[in-house]
Amino acid sequence: MKAAPFTFIRAEHLQHALGLLAAHGGDCKPIAGGQSLVPMMAMRLARPSVLVDINRLPALKTWQIGCRGVRMGPTTRQRDVASDRQMHSALPLLVAALQWVGHVQTRNRGTVGGSLVHADPAAEQPLVACVLDATLVLESAAGGERRVAARDFFLGSMVTATTETECLTAIEWPAWDGPGVACAFEELSIRHGDFAMAAAACQIQLDEAGICRRAAIGLGGMSDRPLAFPDLAVSLLGRRIEPGLARDVAETAAERSEPGSDIHADTAYRRQLGAVLLRRALLRAVRLVPAMAG
Amino acid sequence: MAENGFRYIGKRRRAVEHRRFVTGQGRYAADIQLPGMLHLAIVASPHASARILSVDASAARALPGVRAVLTGEEMQPALDPMLPGVDAPAVTRFPLARGVARYAGEWVVAVVAESRAIAEDAAELIQVEYEPMPAIVDPEQAIAPDAALVHPAHGSNVIFRREFVWGQVAEDFAAAPNRLSYRVRWGRSATVPIETFVVACAWNDATGLLDVWASIQMPKFPDLLARCLRLPGNAVRVHFDVDVGGSYGVKRGLKHAILAGYCARMLGRPVRFLEDRLENMRGGDMQGPDRVFDVSLAFDEDGLIRAMRMRALDDVGAYAGRAPFQLGKPVGAIVGPYTINSVSYEAISVLTNKTPQEAVRGFGQSPTNYAIESGIDKVARFLGRDRIELRRRNLIPRDRFPYLIPSGTRYDSGDYAAVLDKTLTAGPYADLVHRREALRAEGRLAGIGLSTCLEPSGGNSSFEPLFNPKNKTTTWMDSCLVRVDLNGAVTAVMGTSSSGQAHETLVSTVVGEVLQREPDSIRVIHADSLNALPSNSPVGSRMAIMLGGAAAGAAKRIRASMMRIAAHELGVAEAELGWSDGDAYLLAAPERRVGWARMVEIAHREFHRLPPGMEPGLQQKFVWEVPTGGDLPTPDGRIQMYPCHSFECHLVLASVDPETGKVTLHRYVVGHDCGVMISPDAVHGMTYGGVAHGLGAALMERFAYSPEGQLLSGSFMDYLLPSAQEVPPIAIVDHCTPSPLTEFGQKGSGEAGYLGGPAAIASAINDAFAPAGISVDALPMTPALLWRALRGPAAPRAATADAPRHSEEVSAA
Amino acid sequence: MTQPIPIALTVNGTPRQALAEPRTTLVDLLREHLGLTGTHVGCEHGVCGACSVLLDGEPVRACCLFAAQVDGMAVTTVEGLAPERGALSALQDAFLECHAMQCGYCTPGMLIAFTDLVARNERPSEAEIREAIGGNLCRCTGYQQIVDAVLHATGQAAHG
Repeated sequence: MKAAPFTFIRAEHLQHALGLLAAHGGDCKPIAGGQSLVPMMAMRLARPSVLVDINRLPALKTWQIGCRGVRMGPTTRQRDVASDRQMHSALPLLVAALQWVGHVQTRNRGTVGGSLVHADPAAEQPLVACVLDATLVLESAAGGERRVAARDFFLGSMVTATTETECLTAIEWPAWDGPGVACAFEELSIRHGDFAMAAAACQIQLDEAGICRRAAIGLGGMSDRPLAFPDLAVSLLGRRIEPGLARDVAETAAERSEPGSDIHADTAYRRQLGAVLLRRALLRAVRLVPAMAG
Repeated sequence: MAENGFRYIGKRRRAVEHRRFVTGQGRYAADIQLPGMLHLAIVASPHASARILSVDASAARALPGVRAVLTGEEMQPALDPMLPGVDAPAVTRFPLARGVARYAGEWVVAVVAESRAIAEDAAELIQVEYEPMPAIVDPEQAIAPDAALVHPAHGSNVIFRREFVWGQVAEDFAAAPNRLSYRVRWGRSATVPIETFVVACAWNDATGLLDVWASIQMPKFPDLLARCLRLPGNAVRVHFDVDVGGSYGVKRGLKHAILAGYCARMLGRPVRFLEDRLENMRGGDMQGPDRVFDVSLAFDEDGLIRAMRMRALDDVGAYAGRAPFQLGKPVGAIVGPYTINSVSYEAISVLTNKTPQEAVRGFGQSPTNYAIESGIDKVARFLGRDRIELRRRNLIPRDRFPYLIPSGTRYDSGDYAAVLDKTLTAGPYADLVHRREALRAEGRLAGIGLSTCLEPSGGNSSFEPLFNPKNKTTTWMDSCLVRVDLNGAVTAVMGTSSSGQAHETLVSTVVGEVLQREPDSIRVIHADSLNALPSNSPVGSRMAIMLGGAAAGAAKRIRASMMRIAAHELGVAEAELGWSDGDAYLLAAPERRVGWARMVEIAHREFHRLPPGMEPGLQQKFVWEVPTGGDLPTPDGRIQMYPCHSFECHLVLASVDPETGKVTLHRYVVGHDCGVMISPDAVHGMTYGGVAHGLGAALMERFAYSPEGQLLSGSFMDYLLPSAQEVPPIAIVDHCTPSPLTEFGQKGSGEAGYLGGPAAIASAINDAFAPAGISVDALPMTPALLWRALRGPAAPRAATADAPRHSEEVSAA
Repeated sequence: MTQPIPIALTVNGTPRQALAEPRTTLVDLLREHLGLTGTHVGCEHGVCGACSVLLDGEPVRACCLFAAQVDGMAVTTVEGLAPERGALSALQDAFLECHAMQCGYCTPGMLIAFTDLVARNERPSEAEIREAIGGNLCRCTGYQQIVDAVLHATGQAAHG
């Protein structure tokens, strides 16, 4: 399984990469970790004639934690996020999701941005981006910078809003302020590290009385793109998240999704799985909320 | 002297082979670099059944670096066909399809180029025009009278069918107070080694010799290769000193080698075919048994099983090599470890438009054990009896060995109850019962699984004449040559390749034991097929018996020669001499001795001191026919299948999440008896590996096909191999009932773990589901399948009890 | 330009160079161009882990990298794990002691993964050991003796 021939160019700086994208359009792809792209190229499912390596541009590999969230370069390594103490506090849902992503070796090379632009419907990081309502910053040589909400970024299976001449240059992850925040990520696959048959993510904020003040929920692997349910999340507000409520919300979310069918999971089973996982995620998040005083 | 009476046998010892593996110095077929080597890639049929109308390779041929493009039209006239082992001469097979493609993935065009990448570039440029035809994918449809034929010249999709009746089956069924019938399905999976099949061939015009390096595990490979290439047998030299990266039965790449060999001769340059993973999964022809079993059991009120009827329908795919024989080998253990009195067995091997099946670890015994063990559990459930006690009621008692089973095989030795007891103690069973209750209290479905299964070992050609009376073969030998060189160092030569079984360690341990020389000082090398003594390759759990036996035999001849030299030197009779650490000494006066070096010197250099009539030098061979071999089957199909019989007992605690169907294995214990273990670490290792293979087959591995015959699990993303996070810790407890048929009492092993594993895991799941009245009778038991079983109609798959004195028909569940 | 380009890496401490097409993966560069056949190919799509090497000290899948991407970086393969000729690393020795392989095909990848694990974690638990090789598939061993070898190498009692 050898890739089709291509020209390899290492980007010297971001504008260099953008210039190449502008010149070659759809025939040119940026490569960072390559964990998703290289196997696709080996199977000749992807065959760019120009590969521009952006993995060594320092500005794209780092992140800044600010008061509202994290601005993250697209070639930030998954492994670096997962092992960073500050990230555990700033973006606990992303860190939780990363435990499910592939294996040690893929996380050593795989990048957060790479997973997002690959847009596999069962992937964990796109789901987190939708649930947290992240913003993806795209840039092109001609058009400059463009900001797209995660919920508008994933258009279909392996299809994103990135145009042929654009490169993802930053991801803005909102962080939740204040006490009482907890999150949970649940996934089911037959083997550890496989793509999920279904995945569920949630982040909640409870007040001292255990009443839900903020919530975000989503399902992965249940459609051709990750699904967030902001309006369903609203129905959790002002209430205690008890098993019955969690089940109702989870089942409603699952009913709204359009799960596909494959040899591992048919539609009915997958739909039910989504409901079970989201319910479990919500209840686990509740248990994880730091104990309140009084 | 060690407590088991042996100095080296049965002791922990670092495997010789491993020294090169841990430093990356293994020599696998893909590591072989030949000057000027070219590379092969394949264009495969996308259709499960299609006429091949035209091939346009003009653009491919024009690509720089491309050296040849070949079709079946061009190749086939120069080749003899690969034939199935059963009597079906019209089911011919060639590396490249001609006129018709019979499965999606069948090779249609071969490209040879300066690099694999260029060969793939060229393959993409080849235009093949197909006319798709209806594909037969379901084996039950394939045997229907109006089914489209996979091989019209054969006249049917049934490539083999025979019903055997051993004993008074009808009478036993009529007389039994109880009967039940059930159906179980063994899904198509295989052992899928991490190394794909690789072959490199080099042809030399001057010598007229085709040199072959391949990742091969196949009896008669050099001979079949020569025959298909229409070369004399001594024009093919297969190098067996290639490390094979796992095989467990499947590495039978005859078609790969014919293709590479043909291209090497045609082009006058070495050619390598390194199958990539996609080619391997779909077109490597290494998939495994794919069976529906319909079974009826006749039994007493106290659970004694009198008789069994079994019908096994196996989907072998579009061609058949040895695969139909996988229905035959289990005849040698058709009653499992039980005293079943009579058996009827109908074996049906069916062609469909799917990837062909090949030999898989156990050669059909694991699916058969799964079918038998499922029945034992169902009988227990039917009678309301404990599954352990039911097995005790039916296990062949220790004082009945050698035990003759209805189909003609004698089990050499065994103590099945003892192994069962040891396994239960190791559980410990009572603890597993507690844990099961605790898991159930947590809301999980939890069950304990048990299986008690035979591992026939030693190999034999016996299923060949059983399934093809025109084939009157009874030989299944193996060999070893031992030589002591002028410096006194010992070398042993084996005549086949190894794929992880530590044969070099096995042989050096055995030779060291006999000669009382340090095994690490004994070098074991692999001959090539021109200078090898006959071998039948490591199949059928045979090498400890056959290679071990041959090595012992050759070493004993060496020792006898040396004793003769020493006796002659001392002027005494050989009976007056003893042997210690390789020195001969006079028993009556031990200070009178002839040392190892002296005997070597005489043998090699002092002809005048050699006993008259003795050959100079020190080299001895031993070629050994399989013990109990040499007979043809009786007309009603009774035969001694394999000589020795190992035994395994699996005890598993499992639980299922009722909301997701996901299985967790909490405890896994295997009791194992393979007689005397020559290399315990190697035996244990293969048992652990067999358990993992069995776990995969039971829970997650499946070659899934669409109704149109497309393979849906053709990569490692969809064909799921268990990792270290899916395979639980495994505890093994050993027992030893030596074989009376072998030098050291060893039996074969190598298929252990796989043969009883799936049955035990299914037993655990069914124990978990029993309180809900649900039975799961198909493998693999994926989460989706279990989830669906929990929500389906109540008990359609539970065994149906037949009224006494029912008609002869099997009622399928 | 799809024609071969120069690629320079440090491999097992030695600067190496090769001329290879950009589409050449790291594993193919190591095996076919640099003659280091200890790293093995099992799937070419990033699942089996037989191709694992250390890249700047971290385990990666060499089939999921084009060699051009790692120009200038340091690669360690199984051939570079022994401290010196004639000696073995503690892990390699433990693998021999505990019979932690059979066909040997997955072994280089396992050793690479564990070399990284024990560098980060001196006394890994059994769960951590299994997690470290969650992406390294073996079809021979059932993983039991492999786990035992790592416990042994890290001074812990083997399981069974």
